[in-house]
Amino acid sequence: MDAGGGCAVPVPVDIVRLSDTVWEIPVSHKAGMLVPARVFATEKLLSEFDDGVFEQITNVATLPGIVGHAFCMPDGHWGYGFPIGGLAAMDPGHGVISPGGIGFDINCGMRLCLTNLTYGEVQPRLRTLVDRLAGRVPAGVGVEGTVRASRDDFREAVEQGARWAVKRGYGWQEDLERTEEGGCLAGADASRVSEKAIDRGYRQIGTLGSGNHYLEIQVARAENVFDPDTARAFGIVLPDQVVVMFHCGSRGFGHQVATDYLRVFLAAMRGKYGIHVPDRELACAPFLSPEGQDYFAAMKCAVNMSFANRQVILHRIREVFSEVFGKDPTELGMRQVYDVSHNTAKIERHVFEGKPRELLVHRKGATRAFGPGMPGLPDVYRETGQPVILGGSMETGSYLLAGVDTGAGAFFTTAHGSGRAMSRTAARKRYRGRQLQEQMEERGIYVRTASWSGLAEEAGPAYKNVDDVVEATERAGLSRRVVRLLPMGNVKG
Amino acid sequence: MTPTYRYLEEIATADIAFEAWGATREETFLAAADATLNTMVEDIGTIAPLERRLFSLAADSLELLLFELLQELVYHKDADRLLLRVRDLRIEETGSGYRLHADAIGETIDRARHPLLADVKAVTLHRLSVEKTPSGWRAVVVLDV
Repeated sequence: MDAGGGCAVPVPVDIVRLSDTVWEIPVSHKAGMLVPARVFATEKLLSEFDDGVFEQITNVATLPGIVGHAFCMPDGHWGYGFPIGGLAAMDPGHGVISPGGIGFDINCGMRLCLTNLTYGEVQPRLRTLVDRLAGRVPAGVGVEGTVRASRDDFREAVEQGARWAVKRGYGWQEDLERTEEGGCLAGADASRVSEKAIDRGYRQIGTLGSGNHYLEIQVARAENVFDPDTARAFGIVLPDQVVVMFHCGSRGFGHQVATDYLRVFLAAMRGKYGIHVPDRELACAPFLSPEGQDYFAAMKCAVNMSFANRQVILHRIREVFSEVFGKDPTELGMRQVYDVSHNTAKIERHVFEGKPRELLVHRKGATRAFGPGMPGLPDVYRETGQPVILGGSMETGSYLLAGVDTGAGAFFTTAHGSGRAMSRTAARKRYRGRQLQEQMEERGIYVRTASWSGLAEEAGPAYKNVDDVVEATERAGLSRRVVRLLPMGNVKG
Repeated sequence: MTPTYRYLEEIATADIAFEAWGATREETFLAAADATLNTMVEDIGTIAPLERRLFSLAADSLELLLFELLQELVYHKDADRLLLRVRDLRIEETGSGYRLHADAIGETIDRARHPLLADVKAVTLHRLSVEKTPSGWRAVVVLDV
């Protein structure tokens, strides 16, 4: 069997060490590579990568129109077509767009919300909060959301994103400026989306999903604040301050959009465009072709569905805290820190080889991390750089990072999570959901799940060490640590 | 009936992979459909035969025909909240590929009776294969969850 996953293998013999966290696989590694592949990792993380990473990132380097390098982030692991943690910028004029560079869960992403409550204030009500959140934010297989939308309403929602939700009272105006792309990617066209995608999505606004999707109440312990000034700018100002982080995407709608166009691209790629790729999951079409433009417009709808979804979930979180603490969400200081996407393709302006250039940036399991002063950041974060929300496993913790100037070398991109190290099937054999819940409770973490086996699959040891991943991004100049956040209560999808 | 599929742990780190087999292509497809359903529901025996959908699908290869079949199950799980078991499945060869007709029978998700596992997002093309073996047919599928 060729590209696999799960077991660590020797790294390619021709990999070149450029620094202690930057590695490069030359174009001579594989026939068809147009650019070198660059991997960001410490030596330890590099040795822990599965064989899929090297196979897949060098496949990405063969895609027509790729600019600079095919990149893989320190949390990289086996994916479809691209590895998770994959980044590729294409020349929009003659390059391709590939759904495999975005993922099935289009605009899967993270959102972080503040409170002005402390651990001591939240801890006694933790169970109530988690239980009510689990009730208000439906999770798991085949659940419906709490927003009533007709199919036509839904078409509006996917063109307008989080703005649609805020207009209907789900959230605050300022949430929008604290969301990547203002919560709405322009150019979304619902006429490019199949009826099947609408069928799957229109009742799912406000749902969490399953797998690695979660909603977590976390605490910022004073000893885990790495940069107090930036933490303050991001709203972390109290000792043991409580925040709420969640991870979810565009649900069945985005999955169907990705599936529909995978089919379209598979058919058009070889016959019509004469493009040959080493893996069917890298199916692609020229960005400027009718297929490429249709997919881009449909993918943007899925991006916007996801922004609307996370906007509604944020609103539900505010409702629950407001009920439990008997105060208005504004009194509880429940401002959104930021919302970041980690499965997208977007047109962005970057300086490449000394010249400003428009590029089609594919990020799959990779997060945009704009440095200080970059256009597209709200005024509040102009000096700090973009907040980056990186979710770890439910047992170990997550991070709030900031974008840095040195990120230019990787089109201002960083890691997205801790990255899986063990397959779901293997984790399910080793861990038991109920037992894990009890063990976590003994350590003061209360978890609710839609699925016991799903919980077992998310056990801490199934993931790489999040501290290692974050340290690698910092040493590689992709992002810097601001605060490490520890789990208190978790609703697992 | 003994399930004629097994989940594979050595591939698909973040997702679910399985192999399914049978004496005929039809049996193999039915086993793959059950394996997909079993990724979402712990005990597929709890799904009562209350609602019916007819599948009529075409593709230019057997692999893509299987992809289309499994994708239908994923679609109905979200669109109608239906868990469907496939039966009476027939595969025909056509001039340009293959056609499949099947009955899919099941019921709406009921959390009280259907212990749920993972929500399948999509059927992937990664490692997707349908091949003849000395004793029949074998399929390998990776699901994105």
